[in-house]
Amino acid sequence: MPPLRALFRDPHFRRGVRDMLDFVPGVSAWGLVTGVAMVKSGLSVPLALLMSLTVYAGSAQLASLPLLAAGAPTGVVCAAAFCVNLRFVIFSAQWRPFLGHLPRRRRVALSYLLADLNLIVFQRAWPGGRREPGQLAYIVGGAATCWLAWQGTSVAGILLSEAIPTRWGLGFAGTLAMLGLTFGLLTDRSTWTAAMVAAAAAVAAYALPLKLNIVVAIAAAVAAGLVMDRAGRAGRALDRNP
Amino acid sequence: MSSDLHTALTILGLAAVSVVTHAFFLFPQREVKIPDWLQRGLKVAPLAALAAVVAPEIVLTQGRLIDTLQDARLPAVAAATLWYVWRPGVLGPLLAGLAAFLPLRLLLGW
Repeated sequence: MPPLRALFRDPHFRRGVRDMLDFVPGVSAWGLVTGVAMVKSGLSVPLALLMSLTVYAGSAQLASLPLLAAGAPTGVVCAAAFCVNLRFVIFSAQWRPFLGHLPRRRRVALSYLLADLNLIVFQRAWPGGRREPGQLAYIVGGAATCWLAWQGTSVAGILLSEAIPTRWGLGFAGTLAMLGLTFGLLTDRSTWTAAMVAAAAAVAAYALPLKLNIVVAIAAAVAAGLVMDRAGRAGRALDRNP
Repeated sequence: MSSDLHTALTILGLAAVSVVTHAFFLFPQREVKIPDWLQRGLKVAPLAALAAVVAPEIVLTQGRLIDTLQDARLPAVAAATLWYVWRPGVLGPLLAGLAAFLPLRLLLGW
């Protein structure tokens, strides 16, 4: 990696920063909400700071909060977060053509900093789909901008939330944010089915110990989603060849 | 406090989950193809996890189903949902939900 000063002057780095600036208001609002929600759902300020600075994955953080508050075991919390984060597994395959040439340690470190937005913005800026000079500086510029906007506002939210009385119930802001995220993933019949099954199973199995209702709900929903998906494709195949 | 220690360890576990998921297909030295069925499963799982976490937060109080309509969460969810139908996104529905939630919570104590 070039020295920092050379990087700041790199036009590709600057373009990476500029393209990300459009999204800074959204990222900032999201960071603020997550910061407040972390403390208001019961994390102490130092633990909330630790979470923000090490986990760096908004939806997974929000999803883990109710589980942490209920004292769920580490394995269950991590399993739920893993599922929420599975989209990054797909993204990592999409980053591969552009980062695969880096030494392993460096590509792993860089990928940790790459959120959903980074991929969307990158794909728009480099529509060619193949490795080109300047891409790395561009990626680093976007990643640094996103990280600063997120951490700055998340830390601000954590510190501010001490001033907000707990009886306002602002931990619920995290649930409302997750609700919007969930709606955004409802694209067809199989996703609707999966969401309904997951919601119903999580509520019905709530009495299970160790927050295992979350694990049961995810397993049931993925199974239902795959079955619906298969039925849907079989139906379409029949339509094509009656 | 042992519960703080437990939480701190869980948070470090979550950080490890972040690293592993972000770098998943970047770990191997050679490119790996994602099987088709896995790709489909991967698409449903995040939705399932979110729905599983959100639903109990909305309809349960201390592990019991809501037994009153005087609960600020219900109008908040309705407002957020309506806003989403009007204009999809995350921030709009969140603000609409809070706009319904906070007055009911603070003024009426719901």
